[in-house]
Amino acid sequence: MSILVIAEHDNAELKGATLNTIAAAKAIGGDIDVLVVGSGCGAVAEAAAKVEGVSKVLVADNAAYEHQLGENTGKLVADLGKNYSHVLAAATTTGKNMLPRAAALLDVQPISDIIAVESPDTFKRPVYAGNVIATVQSSDAIKVASVRTTAFDPVAAEGGSAAIEAVDIVDDAHVSKFVGEELAESDRPELTAASVVISGGRGMGNGENFELLYKVADKLGAAVGASRAAVDAGFVPNDMQVGQTGKIVAPDLYIAVGISGAIQHLAGMKDSKVIVAINKDEEAPIFSVADYGLVADLFDAVPELETKL
Amino acid sequence: MKVLVAVKRVVDYNVKVRPKADGSDVDIANVKMSINPFCEIAVEEAVRLKEKGVASEIVVVSMGPKQCQEQIRTALALGADRGIQVETDAELQPLAVAKCLKAIVEKEEPQLVILGKQSIDGDNNQTGQMLAALTGMGQGTFASEVNVEGESVKVTREIDGGLQTVELTLPAVVTTDLRLNEPRYASLPNIMKAKRKPLDVTTPDELGVDIAPRTKTLKVEPPAERQAGIKVADVAELVEKLKSEAKVI
Repeated sequence: MSILVIAEHDNAELKGATLNTIAAAKAIGGDIDVLVVGSGCGAVAEAAAKVEGVSKVLVADNAAYEHQLGENTGKLVADLGKNYSHVLAAATTTGKNMLPRAAALLDVQPISDIIAVESPDTFKRPVYAGNVIATVQSSDAIKVASVRTTAFDPVAAEGGSAAIEAVDIVDDAHVSKFVGEELAESDRPELTAASVVISGGRGMGNGENFELLYKVADKLGAAVGASRAAVDAGFVPNDMQVGQTGKIVAPDLYIAVGISGAIQHLAGMKDSKVIVAINKDEEAPIFSVADYGLVADLFDAVPELETKL
Repeated sequence: MKVLVAVKRVVDYNVKVRPKADGSDVDIANVKMSINPFCEIAVEEAVRLKEKGVASEIVVVSMGPKQCQEQIRTALALGADRGIQVETDAELQPLAVAKCLKAIVEKEEPQLVILGKQSIDGDNNQTGQMLAALTGMGQGTFASEVNVEGESVKVTREIDGGLQTVELTLPAVVTTDLRLNEPRYASLPNIMKAKRKPLDVTTPDELGVDIAPRTKTLKVEPPAERQAGIKVADVAELVEKLKSEAKVI
């Protein structure tokens, strides 16, 4: 077996999600090649070559791939993927955008969001917002799967010495063009990579009150998230959303503040190691998954928490 | 321009689905079925494009057993002009759906195809991207804003770090994210009117599509349950527990 893992990166650095994806590849077993598609992404390729367990790094470095538009990268991944038994990518927005496009070109039914490898052709994945776990077997010659990164512990970023090989295929579909990007600027860690996450829900009341959470976050080195209810109410932007339709997180510590615990939110955080819930409604479903529950008014408890940390 | 919208019949989002006792499948006997929420957003976006004078006709398509005509009628009541049902009782996987949609796109020649980014049953998030691949169209996935400008469409996409805007040559595929719009409710007169709008029925065979499944579900099971922990009395006890018991701070 040979597995092609598509690297998650921003042309400057290799993202941690790649290490979780390689861990899923290791669970399948076989030679693992990593494909870095981008522009001016040499440093990413070098970082990928150092990752434990990688046999070879393929680099497609071309202006056509600068913004990793799915129309171009999907075609390249299909062109290269036909030589492999498996093609894997992280289930990030980049991976979810590109991978089904590549799979369709390979005439393969992809498998989204795998959380466990049962055998080289059989995987577990959540359906119905995580209320049900399905075990799915693929009969396609090439298995194409996106990996839920929180379900696989990352492999070591150091210790390997893979060869780096340039790929000179240039796929430019000429149907899409990058216009611009607005990325949230923050000194806090990224939600999906943070070891501590503190999230607010509808109980926060408004966007300004999230300041209470930012203060606690800065003491803990935490990322700040939100429930879909808080996003829908316009308190905070959607890139902070934790849940089935937002980001999936699994930090060491997750603090849910003013969050009732709708299924769709639980699906995004219930694999956290320790869960704390602060809510004034003692019947809130969030308490049924919390290791430590505090029934209190968040406007008293959160400032007190900040001073006691 | 013509807009094609795909809608899926799914278990209503308020229903908590459970596996059957024998683990063969989920138990959806007698549960409420609805139009997939992301698909509803897709219909709404098409209707708004029509109200702005950008779209001239909205064709809505759904696939599955006869009952999915209900969801087509819902979309017609929201403002779509006519419906197409691809009738089959067989399991349809996203690749097969994308192939059927491709056949319909070739016949209808829409300038824009709008789909939900994922359905809330399978949670695959694949069909739009696969349709775009099979038709060679550009794909504006996870859209939070859609602006048609002449021969192209600008789509603002919800990506992990924030927002990204891309420009796609028409015809193109757009998949909707939550914040794209808030769907309207269908009015009673529009629900009555929808019953008289045209609805054609075809089949995967007539479209020349092989829908044989490529994956098999061997088992479904509930997720590992998390045990509820303890209630702490106050913030001081919470901090103490996190430090000495959980050792996470």
